[in-house]
Amino acid sequence: MEQFQGQTLSWDLKDGVVELALHREPANEIGSLTTEELERLVTALGVLNRKAHALIIYSTLKSGFSAGADLRELYRRIQQVGRAEVAKEVRSYLGRIHHVMNTIDSSPLTTIAAVHGVVFGGGFELALTCDLIIADKMARFCFPELRLGLIPGYGGIPRLKRDLGNSVVRDLLLTGRSFNATKAQQIGLVSQLVAEGEALRAARATAAQLAKFDRGTAIAAKKFIKPIPYQELQREIDIFCELFAQPAVEAGLKKFVESTDAQPYLP
Amino acid sequence: MPIANQTLDEILDLAAAHFKVPREKLSPDEDFFKALGIDSLQTLDLLTKLENHFRVELPDYELQGVSDFRTLAGKIQARL
Repeated sequence: MEQFQGQTLSWDLKDGVVELALHREPANEIGSLTTEELERLVTALGVLNRKAHALIIYSTLKSGFSAGADLRELYRRIQQVGRAEVAKEVRSYLGRIHHVMNTIDSSPLTTIAAVHGVVFGGGFELALTCDLIIADKMARFCFPELRLGLIPGYGGIPRLKRDLGNSVVRDLLLTGRSFNATKAQQIGLVSQLVAEGEALRAARATAAQLAKFDRGTAIAAKKFIKPIPYQELQREIDIFCELFAQPAVEAGLKKFVESTDAQPYLP
Repeated sequence: MPIANQTLDEILDLAAAHFKVPREKLSPDEDFFKALGIDSLQTLDLLTKLENHFRVELPDYELQGVSDFRTLAGKIQARL
């Protein structure tokens, strides 16, 4: 499927570049519907991989790239069926979202996340599956999961450890503080820093450059320099599920969902 | 302390321009969430603007409970 117009995201293949636009208000929270539509993309990639050379992921929303997992949906589900039942569903869900993330991560396409605004939690983890992150100056990166008594669950930590120094990973994870794009570039997370509103344009220019290279060579190079940390990813699912069974999680979700604080992502 | 006052002035100028609020309506001891009418995502925008302008890092947790421009200026001043 070369084109798709979904409720939370859309994609289009043009000039060898697949552009995936995220557009779920208010801030591209990744819930069940976004996950289903991402799964459709992953299925479509089977064909798109042969017709394209690059994939750009970006957001059409002013608020940013993505605020991460849909915590309100998760909290509602716990209220409906109870924490014990949701804990069972979580493992199955993580298997699905990891399949999506791993497929994008290992795609033969050269993948670019063009980000601005909030790049938090699961949104950050989606960006981390990409080969390059191009950020505008107003982007902010954060793993606020510890406030909920959890660790990131979409493969973020193994990918961050693969790409960056462990001390930076500890800073992001253990403090839950957010980094701006300038800092993110200094630590090697962001490959190009651009002016406000320019990330998508820069990503398109980069994708056009990639078209000049032999695809087979680019695929071999990517395979060589970007291993997928499957064992750690599986371990992450196990730890996440162990933590999810704790009562602190429901309390953390409740506090977040009911918060009127201007900084609800902080504990 | 002139340097601190300059920092405060620059914060007020920057906040007024970014959130399109008349500069004369902002005062140093005012609650900036109310004065600017900003939500959680816009608060992050303000934080990023300030970090970029002053070339400092402001860990989010240091700003917890900070709601007036003067205290915010003090936090930035401490990192200049």
